[in-house]
Amino acid sequence: MPNSTAAASVQVDIEAPVLSGTHFMLGDHACAEGALAAGLDFFAGYPITPSTEIAEHLARRLPAVGGRFVQMEDELASMAAIIGASAAGAHSLTATSGPGFSLMMENIGLAAMMELPCVVADVQRASPSTGLPTMVGQSDILQARWGSHGDYGIIAYCPSSPQECFDLTLRAFHEADRYRVPAFILMDEVVGHMTERVLIPSADDLPVPCRKGPREPPGGEPFLSYAPDEDLVPPIAHAGEGYKVHMTGLTHDERGYPAMFAETHDKLINRLVDKIRLNAADIVMYEAVDVDDADTIVVSFGCTARSARHAVSQARREGLKCGLLRLITVWPFPETPIREIIKRGNVKRFIVPEINLGQLRREVERLTHLPVIRLNHAGGAMPTPNAILELIRS
Amino acid sequence: MTVKEQTIQPHAELYPVDKLLRADRLPHILCPGCGIGTVIHGYVHAIAASGVDEDNHVCVSGIGCSGRASGYVNVDSYHATHGRALPFALGIAVHNPELNVTVISGDGDLTAIGGNHLIHAARRNVNLNVICINNFNYGMTGGQVGPTTPIGAKGTTAPNGAVEYPFNLPYLAKATGAIFVARWTILHVREFQDAVLRSMNKQGFCFIEVLAPCPTSFGKANKIGDGLHEVEIYRERCRVENGAPDVEALDIDLIDESKAITVGNFVDIERKPFMV
Amino acid sequence: MDLPLAQIPRGRVHVISERCKQCDFCITYCPTEVLAYSDDINAKGYHYPLVAEGRESACVYCRFCDLICPELAIYTTEVTDEQVSTGQSNAE
Repeated sequence: MPNSTAAASVQVDIEAPVLSGTHFMLGDHACAEGALAAGLDFFAGYPITPSTEIAEHLARRLPAVGGRFVQMEDELASMAAIIGASAAGAHSLTATSGPGFSLMMENIGLAAMMELPCVVADVQRASPSTGLPTMVGQSDILQARWGSHGDYGIIAYCPSSPQECFDLTLRAFHEADRYRVPAFILMDEVVGHMTERVLIPSADDLPVPCRKGPREPPGGEPFLSYAPDEDLVPPIAHAGEGYKVHMTGLTHDERGYPAMFAETHDKLINRLVDKIRLNAADIVMYEAVDVDDADTIVVSFGCTARSARHAVSQARREGLKCGLLRLITVWPFPETPIREIIKRGNVKRFIVPEINLGQLRREVERLTHLPVIRLNHAGGAMPTPNAILELIRS
Repeated sequence: MTVKEQTIQPHAELYPVDKLLRADRLPHILCPGCGIGTVIHGYVHAIAASGVDEDNHVCVSGIGCSGRASGYVNVDSYHATHGRALPFALGIAVHNPELNVTVISGDGDLTAIGGNHLIHAARRNVNLNVICINNFNYGMTGGQVGPTTPIGAKGTTAPNGAVEYPFNLPYLAKATGAIFVARWTILHVREFQDAVLRSMNKQGFCFIEVLAPCPTSFGKANKIGDGLHEVEIYRERCRVENGAPDVEALDIDLIDESKAITVGNFVDIERKPFMV
Repeated sequence: MDLPLAQIPRGRVHVISERCKQCDFCITYCPTEVLAYSDDINAKGYHYPLVAEGRESACVYCRFCDLICPELAIYTTEVTDEQVSTGQSNAE
């Protein structure tokens, strides 16, 4: 067990699944540790800056705790492999950045259609295409939601610190299991490559992953792989459990068999979207600082929120009525807190700083006629607190 | 002539392999004379003879007519995306090495879009039984040429005849590390079934190419009248060469009547399997 | 001599007529020409195989029709001495 008294913990018992204690840890490593704490037992990935450290850390840790680590030939294979492993019961993770994320898109659709839980960490970098591999970006936000063809629902988290890399990866596994969806950790190069204090709880304090299994033992009535409960999520049976499931990417009926009918398709796809949309209240996470009387709200996420927090607190010191709404889940998009802020009647404008050319701003604009001021950089540099403060003052 | 409306009787008592099929979905969607049904048939017979509990058999397939095979077998089965059956199957096999995982897919799915995954799965010697149904074209989408289409054969995307060299699949499989490599046709029912059985009992990457007719697409474009006609071609021109022939020389040319088609179990070696 | 060992097996043919797609494989490849097409058609419009007249005791349980049928629409069961006298086929 690592020592708990020293501020920096360098002794790591690589065979312990949960490294309880206080660490000075890289964001990428914290993501890996969050996965392990959630019961990760299968990782398949392909090296890509700035996510490679997640894979390298797990290459050491995962076999030591009895899990399986495979470096696949490309990101298409990585995504397919983690879905297959999930079908066999694994808690599985892959990690990538923009270019690899694009390669994963088709199979993200497969995970959504087969309703197989898995977690994808995208440590965003300046994009599009090869872009700036070693420098920060936040421009995969819309892609995480809409990247695969068709309509489907997903959950995506944006950590703002290595601690959140740990916490939100842990949470992503739970929510992926709970709703049978692919869940995303949209980190960025700044958060992934920074080293900060990370507190890992004891294993007893960690919530247990909760995939709903069949209610009857196998051998009776044929199990319906896609008969949803009231929460719109069907129980899942894994390969080898005796339920003789069939899962396909084709439109399917409740047995899982291909059903090539428009009506079946509409019903199925609406459920894939609704199981997230209608449960959003339980999924959405955000942090609101000083928003109640604010006339200016800065909506921010990821590393940018660090600058925004500083700018907002400085603005308050100058007497400006400013608040911060930090989005922790970007998908489902936290509509409710924004609508509530607007309803209170104090806010006059929103500022949305982001390291992309206005992806999240569109979501805010959708909800209001109030001015939504942008502060954009295409990638490679974080907005400074001063830049945000200037806007607040203006 | 009268049409008898009959319900499908369960035949499991007299015909045990029927319970390894999703009989409620038969007759399947494949064309009359298509060889894929015979492959499914051989596969389920091998499951029954394998000595491995049905609950531990898993079937993964890709996209295409051959990819529909997984939907008809009554084991845990997964119909994945085009070309990605192999890495999907790797995820299952590596996470749970107790499972006996068979991949059934077509020549296009496994060797074109899936080509990269094929060579790496073979290289790693992943414990999978791979049945590559080679009907020399992309049947499901209407008969386009693919990496196994013989030179000169017609396809919708090569109306004047294919110009690319096709793969020699046993050579490819052997070169990239498969420990069991065989080629049969759907006519060689017992040899094919035995090859599948051998794969199930071997730990490592086993690759079986099985030639099958596609009367609706490939056959029609290349003057092969129906499934039976193509099977007759196999019967007349196949030559069995078990053991270790010169695998490099095992090109197939279905169109050139002077060329023999060599079938057999070509490679059967042992090599440490991947992560079992 | 070795008559007990050299006994030729006897088989009974069963046809699941609804699955048949009239591909010709079983009829063509039966080594003892047991099968012929029905006059009837199934729900999809295909003629399916039946035991031909006079060929009732010709089946030698080679199981080739069973193994090659792409539709899994025909199979044979072995007929033991006690069952030889009936020698019928079942087209179900």
